[in-house]
Amino acid sequence: MIPELGHYALVLALALGLIQSVTPMVGARKHDPVLMRLAGSTALMQFGFVAFSFLTLVICYVTSDFSVATVYENSHSMMPLIYKITSVWGNHEGSMLLWVLILSLFGALVAIFGANLPTTLKARVLSVQSWIACAFYLFILVTSNPFLRLPQPPFEGRDLNPILQDIGLAIHPPLLYLGYVGFSIAFSFAIAALIEGRIDAAWARWVRPWTLAAWIFLTVGIAMGSYWAYYELGWGGFWFWDPVENASLMPWLAGTALLHSAVVMEKRNALKIWTLLLAILAFSLSLIGTFLVRSGVLTSVHTFANDPSRGVFILAILVVFIGGGLTLFAWRAPMLKQGGLFAPISREAALVLNNLFLTTACLTVFVGTLYPLALEALTGDKISVGAPFFNLTFGPLFIPLLLVMPFGPLMAWKRGDIFGATQRLMAAFGMAIVVIILTFWVVDRSSILAPFGIGLATFVMIGAGVDMVERIGLFRVPFSVARQRAAGVPRSAWGTALAHFGIGVTLLGIICVSAWASERIVALKPSETISLSGYELTFDGMVQRSGPNFRELAAKFTVRKGGVPIGVMEPSKRSFPSRATTTTEAALMTRGASQLYLSLGDTNDDGSISIRLYHKPMVLLIWLGAVIMALGGSLSLSDRRLRIGAPKPASKSAMQAAE
Amino acid sequence: MWRVALFGLLMSLAVPGVASAVQPDEMLKDPVLESRARDLSRELRCMVCQNQSIDDSEAPLARDLRLLVRERLTKGDSDQQVLSFLVSRYGEFVLLRPPLEWRTLLLWGLPPAALVAGIIGLFTMSRRRHTASAEAVPLSSDEEKRLSTLVDPAVPDR
Repeated sequence: MIPELGHYALVLALALGLIQSVTPMVGARKHDPVLMRLAGSTALMQFGFVAFSFLTLVICYVTSDFSVATVYENSHSMMPLIYKITSVWGNHEGSMLLWVLILSLFGALVAIFGANLPTTLKARVLSVQSWIACAFYLFILVTSNPFLRLPQPPFEGRDLNPILQDIGLAIHPPLLYLGYVGFSIAFSFAIAALIEGRIDAAWARWVRPWTLAAWIFLTVGIAMGSYWAYYELGWGGFWFWDPVENASLMPWLAGTALLHSAVVMEKRNALKIWTLLLAILAFSLSLIGTFLVRSGVLTSVHTFANDPSRGVFILAILVVFIGGGLTLFAWRAPMLKQGGLFAPISREAALVLNNLFLTTACLTVFVGTLYPLALEALTGDKISVGAPFFNLTFGPLFIPLLLVMPFGPLMAWKRGDIFGATQRLMAAFGMAIVVIILTFWVVDRSSILAPFGIGLATFVMIGAGVDMVERIGLFRVPFSVARQRAAGVPRSAWGTALAHFGIGVTLLGIICVSAWASERIVALKPSETISLSGYELTFDGMVQRSGPNFRELAAKFTVRKGGVPIGVMEPSKRSFPSRATTTTEAALMTRGASQLYLSLGDTNDDGSISIRLYHKPMVLLIWLGAVIMALGGSLSLSDRRLRIGAPKPASKSAMQAAE
Repeated sequence: MWRVALFGLLMSLAVPGVASAVQPDEMLKDPVLESRARDLSRELRCMVCQNQSIDDSEAPLARDLRLLVRERLTKGDSDQQVLSFLVSRYGEFVLLRPPLEWRTLLLWGLPPAALVAGIIGLFTMSRRRHTASAEAVPLSSDEEKRLSTLVDPAVPDR
């Protein structure tokens, strides 16, 4: 009964979605407030029904109802509760349901927080949002129904893929989807504005917080996924330039560009058409990402051709929304008025430069990801595009971007002073030079590239702080005064500084790991010791253990530094009888921001085991930087929430001051 | 991480039990040759995997390829010779960085072309705008008259 209710709720959501797709649009055209107001309530009810539908699926998983096909295929009665819940979206059908859950959530949020939007714009935005929702409801109901029953329910499920039985699955997909799907709001706003034929700075002010929220989630989601792959896959890489990773990186790059161009539009009423285009592209790339991951086209062009129902359906969604969006753009955008002139040296120009590099980087990833697929589909030739290609093409685009980044916030709008900005960045520049020389002298004389990378990271990090330090007069006025001034600086300015600082931190981590990571691959017998980067590891022996749904063979290692024991590492291999598979669980020891990484290989005939030991200097900075970026974004978002459409609090505080 | 998912899927389909990527018994005694082998391994694709290099991959085929690379290196092949040997045997699919040829022209050429086009576009646009704003149409005598009335009401209107 429960899965049927969930299935039915989804059908009802589709029905509501169809109403919401048409009625408010007509209302906006006829200026009928009743028809337009309908959108708000249908959006909320849609979310209610999808949430109910999702909940019923969660109940099926938690109660291990193996009469439901997806539960049987992806769950096991012995799994811990957390994995029973996460396995809801650890498969195709469930993850699509999560997708539409988040989509309808965003629709409902616009309905709730969009009170200050012009009525026609709000109606049209919700309508467009519902077009997307309907397409995906249909997709689920027609090709990927998670509620299908089995005629003869088995006693036990086939278990969740062991590699997914990890806390990462609880965090990564929901965050990533919040990011992906969040860009749908920017898309809906863009389409609504094009239909309206009117776009102004206020539009950018409404779109920015949504884009920023999506960007924050996507940033953390990607970082989380990267860390998960790092510790789970057992060879300590943090980014693989895999198509599925690229699928999430492309919307991030486009979204980052959109955030910056929307600032120009909001403050200076310029770059309107470009911002619209980016809003359409950011979500289009999210759709392409969904297509790449969900259609099976990545495994092989031929699997896609053999079982095309899902792939073709998503491809159709893709064509309709991206094609339709771009066509509408080509038709209506020339009618929009351009505004806001600026000099070639100005804040606007710096942001345009940022956009140029980010979109080119995005294009590079796009071409690299899709070229092999296109080539194979068109000519049958198979080529591989992997990490070496992207390192060669993507990296050089980011270096100028990062060099220019600290200049941006120091430039004035309209007409900036490049010499003034350079002067103010002298301290950062000097520090970078000192760091380069020190690194070269003390740490590594073998290559000049790594010290320069560290120098660039230093420049980015200090450069991000320069504007703030000057604004609050740190080191010039007494600390208490500086603190007071710091509270007066808008949070969005702090957000910018923090986010830019975070990029420097990530860069620092990437360069340290790429340049100075060390590894040992050896076969060890019990009581033997190996050393790496000042640490000695002694192999104490093997232990057998059993978990709720697996058996585990762990190797115990005592870690010493300078003869003093500092801890124990226990890498292991888990075997899952339900799936007859084995996973390796690497052991990690964190020392500051660096990590020791130990992963287990085969057991050999002579009683020794193969191990891979890595020392990853400063590796945690990679993800810490992403978290700092997201914090910066959140700070900026909290500032916006106070300002947007809220003249009342401001006047209230003014009155209090007057009293 | 969908990569994890796909990887897991492949593992469960293709490889019973997990073997580590590079094994101790594969490694060469000579550290210079071994590091060359590792560098080459990162450029080569494990053909049965999802976009993994043979250095990362745990599939048996990747192990065979790693051993093959080391065998060629110990026989005195240069890096380029090893690569061309593998290409002649497995096709260009084995290279993770495709060579620049006619069919990969767009792959290598599109990003830099877009960057250059973007820069040129920005230049011309700022030029055009600059001249457009500099050569603003001067006011007609009629408009000047109206302006002066607005600025200084003392001047009689018509």
